[in-house]
Parts: sequence; structure tokens; C-alpha cells
Amino acid sequence: MSMGYRYDMRWLAGLLLVLALLPPLLGNNYYLTVLTMCCLNAMIAVGLSLLVGHAGQISLGHAGFYGLAAYTTAALSTTLGVPVGLSMLAGVGASAAVAALVGLPALKLKGHYLAMATLGFGVILSILFNETVEITGGPSGFTGIPRLSLFGVEFSSDLSVYYLIVALLGLVVWLSFNILHSRVGRALRALHTSEKAAQAMGIDIARYKLFVFVVSAAFAGLAGVLYAHYLTFIAPASFGFSFSVQLIVMVVLGGMTSVPGSIVGAFFLTVLPEFLRAFENVEIVLFGGILVLCMMYLPDGLAGGFNRLWRLVWRLIYVRADKYRQNRQDRQDRRDRQESQDRQDVQDRLEMLDRQDNMDGKDGGDNG
Amino acid sequence: MAEPLLVCTDVGVRFGGLQALSGVDLTAGTDEITAVIGPNGAGKTTLINAVSGMVQAQRGTFRLGTDDITRAQPHERSRLGLVRTFQNLEIFSNMTLLENVMTGCHARLRVAPWHSLLRTRTSRAMEKAIQNEALEVLDFVGLFELAKYQARDLPFGKQRLLELARALAARPRLLLLDEPAAGLNMSETQLLADLILRAREHFRLSIVLVEHDMDLVMRISDQVLVLCFGQVISRGAPAQIQRDPQVIAAYLGDDED
Repeated sequence: MSMGYRYDMRWLAGLLLVLALLPPLLGNNYYLTVLTMCCLNAMIAVGLSLLVGHAGQISLGHAGFYGLAAYTTAALSTTLGVPVGLSMLAGVGASAAVAALVGLPALKLKGHYLAMATLGFGVILSILFNETVEITGGPSGFTGIPRLSLFGVEFSSDLSVYYLIVALLGLVVWLSFNILHSRVGRALRALHTSEKAAQAMGIDIARYKLFVFVVSAAFAGLAGVLYAHYLTFIAPASFGFSFSVQLIVMVVLGGMTSVPGSIVGAFFLTVLPEFLRAFENVEIVLFGGILVLCMMYLPDGLAGGFNRLWRLVWRLIYVRADKYRQNRQDRQDRRDRQESQDRQDVQDRLEMLDRQDNMDGKDGGDNG
Repeated sequence: MAEPLLVCTDVGVRFGGLQALSGVDLTAGTDEITAVIGPNGAGKTTLINAVSGMVQAQRGTFRLGTDDITRAQPHERSRLGLVRTFQNLEIFSNMTLLENVMTGCHARLRVAPWHSLLRTRTSRAMEKAIQNEALEVLDFVGLFELAKYQARDLPFGKQRLLELARALAARPRLLLLDEPAAGLNMSETQLLADLILRAREHFRLSIVLVEHDMDLVMRISDQVLVLCFGQVISRGAPAQIQRDPQVIAAYLGDDED
């Protein structure tokens, strides 16, 4: 967090620019779908990095918040005919409200209770998505969800939906940077390092933990409602425990305390399985492997690794340049020294000759 | 001397079968420095913990100024002006010095989180103001030049000063110092003593400190409280305490038994 707010804003502008320019280069609708999924997963990962990386609270149930919002908006808009804009709002609200209910007791406890509580919560939701067939459609999924439309504007093409999602990802990242560069962000990092000291500074740690938990659940919910109306079909398999773990791996791979890192992690781990379609289920092993390797060799994730690499390159260039300069200086010095030595030698010889002349003259005078 | 700022009466703390404190009365006068001393295991840190609310006392009442804080949470006590430091440093090692001290200002600026979320004008103005204030406090303890460094990169003695700065930034009425000189060398302790006296003047503080370094205690405190096995065995001015046979016996062992 040593970089300033301006630096982060420039980074965000760069990200949006790249995401805006990418689709024409891809050309293929399948690639656009993958890219859209990348952005949705990045949205969840950013929220999770606030919670896990900055506040140090582990959630193993974020796929549940993602799914809860998706099913809420699906059921409201499809079954009850609520306008899509409203049902999406309700979906995000449902995730945030349930997060508050789950978090209120769990966050008051110390240690890994939140991880356990969210783990249980995720499993319960997964069962609900599967078993309440009348509402969710059960394991075969929920079909016929209306496409995205907001304020009477229908996002008919995939490209328009993509741009909407990019804009909302930008909003999520902007909000996250705002939090991190404020007293709230400092409070979160403080309670991560030392709950005692944070309390001694007057920080209501339970309140801040709840705040960041609800915010991260709302981000996951936002991704969930967009997902539902983008694909128009959802199934419980997308919101299971393994996806929760995958989300954590994205954050860890990217670098726990880095928002840009978690976005890169999300993109990487969304694209990767697409290349592994041929080998079934190999990605589970891969995710586990990535997690282990990260813990061992990249504790600060890709972001930290990138920083270290950058510093290494910088030092190599710098040291090289320095050495070159030093060498040149040395050579110059040696030349100078040689020259002055030569001059000295000549002078010495001349002096010696002078002295000899003088002595000869003196001797002559005495004798004469 | 005016009405005492902190009044704790009949404080009792029990950990399972161990009575850590019993019947302890502690008062700290306005602008006074009160030292709590005693042999190892006498319950000094437990007393600080009970006063700051980190340990819940089973017995006793706590009053700060006109507020009854007996049932208050630690962060609520801090907001009322009772701020502490820790024996084992608890600085925020992953932040810069400046951020550490700005975190100290946290409780004095109460605005709704959405101001931070949306980075409103209020939020930005506040950030700027507390940044200046934090720099002033860093200057006060002599760490101004290091403001942008990570706290974990500081040597131990400077980390102690940082913790003090962070506590001062909270603008406490009463500052609780838990062994502020532990791990410091002689010259650093000397500087610390001067700093504590200057802080009292500058911020108009009352101070309660737990300390092993007798030179420091005798030099700066107005009042000394001696604990032994969880009970008060003596209290009074430093010079008076030094001559108290009970205190000498507690520290050096009793000859007569």
C-alpha cells in the first residue's frame, strides 16, 4: 500500500482501456464469453482480497453469496416477473443481508471461526440450490432467465453486456481503492496485524470486520446477478465449494494484499481451465498445486513476484551501468596517474640534471 | 490537585484458580504521572489490562472523569480518552510510520464508512488534516524523517517511540504505558523520560505507567503504587517509597523470616 491513490487510479484507467480495446482483437464470440467470465470472477476476487488479504478474515463461502444473488434475481425476474433492474438490486441486497446475518455472530469470535462458519454456510446453500427444485429448478438448473436490461435499455448483444460488466468492474475496483486509501482501510489493516492494538486505538473491530465482509459479499452478489442475466441459465454446480476454493486461489495467486494482483489471478485462473478442457478434472489438482507453490515460492503472489522481478531487472540495469561507469573512471584514473607519473619522472630527471650542474658549478667556483 | 481523572476502586481479577489482583485501588490525578511497580508476577500488567478493558475485571468499578467505564469495551474506553501502549510492541508492522500514527487518529474522526467508500470531499479533507496532524506528532517524538518508511524496518528503540506517537495521536486524557523502557538502553531510556515529561506538558496528559526501571520511575513519577502478589503494599511519593521497609522486603526478600 505504499503506492499512492493516484498511482492506483492510473492503474485502473489502464485496466479499463485494455479491457475496452480487447474485444475487437479477439474476433471470436467464445473468447468474448471467456473474457466476460474473467471480469465477473475478478469482481468477486477483488472483494475477497479486501476481506482475506487486508482484513485477514478467511471466507470459504463466497461462491454461496455469488449463487444466492444469482438465484434471487433469477427467481424474482423469471418466476414473479419483477423488472430485471429491481430483481438484480434485490439479488445484491440479499447477498449483503445474509452476509450480515452470518457475519454478526461469526465475526465476534476470534481465530478461524469465520472460515468454518462460511464453509458451513456455503455447503448449506449448495444443498438448498439442489433440493428446492420448485424454486431453483434443482440440479438441472434454472432456465429462461431474461437478458440484462436496465432503465428500459436492453443489452441485447453480448458485446454490450461485456461493456456494462467492465464498467461495473471498474466501479468495484474504484470503491475498493477508496476503501484502502482511507481510515477504513487503515482500520482493516490494523486489525489484521493486531486486534489488541486496533482496539486500543478506538477501532470497533467487530464493526469493521462486518463491514468488509458485507462489502465483499455484495461484490460477489453483483457478479452473481450479472452472471445470471448474461448466461440466462444457472445451475448449482457453478456455486459449489470448489468454486469458493478457486476464488481463494485466485486471491492467493494474485497476491493477497494487491487489488491488481487479484484481478490478474482471477483472469489467469479463469482462462487456464479453458485450455484444460481436454483433460477432465485436472484443474482441481492444478489449483491445489498452484496454492502450494504460491505458499512456498510466491508468498506475495504474482503481484509480489512481479515487484521483485522488476526490482531485480532494475538493479541489473543499474548495477551494469554503474559498473561500466566505474570501469571507465578507473581506466581514466589510471591513465591520468600514468601521465602525471611520466611528467613527474621527466621533472625529476631535469631537477637532477640542474642539481648536478649546480654542484659542478660550485665545485668549480671553490676550486677556482 | 484537582479531582482525580481516573478512579479504580476494589479491582479484582481472577484467572481460573489464580487471584491476579484483589482489592486494588488506583487513582491518577489530572496532569500527574503515576507509576505502578512491583516484583515479577505482582499483577502490574493485569492492572493495565483491566483498566484498558482488555481483561474483564470480576470486581471493582472504573471511572474516567465523569464517565463510568466499568462495563465499557476496550475501543469505547479508548474513545473516551484512555489510550494504552503494550509491553510487547504491537505496532502495525505492515504500514508506514505515517499510516501507523494516522491510525492513532482513527477514533477522533467519526464519519460514516460511505464517506470513505465514495471518497467524498469530507473524507479527502479529513485525510489531509490527519496526515498533517500525524506528521506533527511524528515530529514531536523525533521520527519525522522516517515517516514514509515501513514500521517493520525500524530498530526496536524507534518502534517504541512509534508506539508512543501512535498513542499520542489519539489525544488521550489518560495514557497507560506498559513498560515503555523495556528493551531500551540507558541513553534511549533517558530520552524516553524526557519525552514522557514533554508529552505531559504539551498534550496535557495524565499518565499511568508500569515500569521495572527504577531510575526512570523515581525520576519522572509524582506518585508510586507498589503491587505485590496482586495487592497494594504501599503508595506515596517516590522518595517515601524508596525508604518503605515493606517495599524493600518485597524486592529483596524478608530477612526476619
